[in-house]
Amino acid sequence: MKKSKILIGAAVLTIAGFFAIAADHIDAPAVAGDTSDITDIYAFQSQEDNNNIVFVANVQGLISPADTDAAAFDENVLVEFNIDNDGDAVADLVIQATPRDGKMYFFGPIEPSQSGLNSTILSSIATMNTVDISAYGASTIVESNNGMKFFAGPRDDPFFMDFFRYGDILTPDNGINSFNNPGTDSFAGTNVMSIVVELPKAMVGSGDSVNIWVESKRKQ
Amino acid sequence: MKFNNIKLVAIALLVSFSAYNCSSDDDTPTGPTGPNFTGTYAQEDQMGRPAINTVFVEMADKNAFNTTIPSNQNAAFQSKFEARLLALNPGYTTNALTWDAPTFTGALATVVLTVSLTGTTTFFDGTNVLTGRALADDVISTELLLIFGGPMGTDNPGLSDDNVDGNDKAFLSVFPYLATPH
Repeated sequence: MKKSKILIGAAVLTIAGFFAIAADHIDAPAVAGDTSDITDIYAFQSQEDNNNIVFVANVQGLISPADTDAAAFDENVLVEFNIDNDGDAVADLVIQATPRDGKMYFFGPIEPSQSGLNSTILSSIATMNTVDISAYGASTIVESNNGMKFFAGPRDDPFFMDFFRYGDILTPDNGINSFNNPGTDSFAGTNVMSIVVELPKAMVGSGDSVNIWVESKRKQ
Repeated sequence: MKFNNIKLVAIALLVSFSAYNCSSDDDTPTGPTGPNFTGTYAQEDQMGRPAINTVFVEMADKNAFNTTIPSNQNAAFQSKFEARLLALNPGYTTNALTWDAPTFTGALATVVLTVSLTGTTTFFDGTNVLTGRALADDVISTELLLIFGGPMGTDNPGLSDDNVDGNDKAFLSVFPYLATPH
């Protein structure tokens, strides 16, 4: 055994508490398995229009097909796409998404009323768009409005990883020190609740890049 | 009646008239009511670059990390991330991006996802690095390579790739791009 392997084995002993699931699925005790648990975010140039950017926020991971029909967005949870367009890691724009009575409501992009951990929904001043939440097993509903496109509903979890093998590697004293080849996708066959927004790049920033992150917030 | 008194009466009438007509009493709305968006919403979870909380944040800090705004994350977590990196890979020197441990964890500790507005958007495609995150990007293997792969990407081959290279369902080429549910 190479020395580095032994060192890694020793290091594993120090991090035995690890059992949360990647990428961000059930990442922390307070949100694990909750309706506010963000599983993944994505940001990429639209395949349909090079002038557009696409933001994806997935919540409520590891939904089995049998449970997907009953899965729902939580009306007490606000999902916020944060956009920093001047490089200081402070949100300059937000897109707020929250469900009401079978529809996902979107507000923005708009300058947030306050920076930090608490938000109010800017329903009285922001551009509002809605899309009917697509039902499991029904056709995909997409809304195009104000130059933007919107989707909300259950989707295949796009994340893939041999998470369970990673957990085994990090578990001490089991003799497992490497990944399998081929590995096994621990997220195969599972669904998430997905929110997708596509909008013109010009609506999020004028520079070469923006920084984004997604926050989930619960009504107090 | 003096002119001043006439003026006062006129003003009084005007005030009462306009006050009546410009009632701002909105306690008893009579129009249609829409959904209720009032209230304060407090943060529970956040995510920028994938798997950072999972891989680099100690269990005791995970809730705290989710409620630390990005502009405060570097000060709160960079040194902890560095300790975690060196616990995961005690032999870490630099990685394929030529970043030493402080540089690498400094870049990771502000957990935002940088996305290009001018070109290719990918976590890593062999050429472009950290310019976004596309659905098909193998972000875990990229992170394993940067943590375990060493300066040439050849160290610890059993740990630098989970050998799951793609999703179990094909993505769409049109909005909303994610595959239909299972």
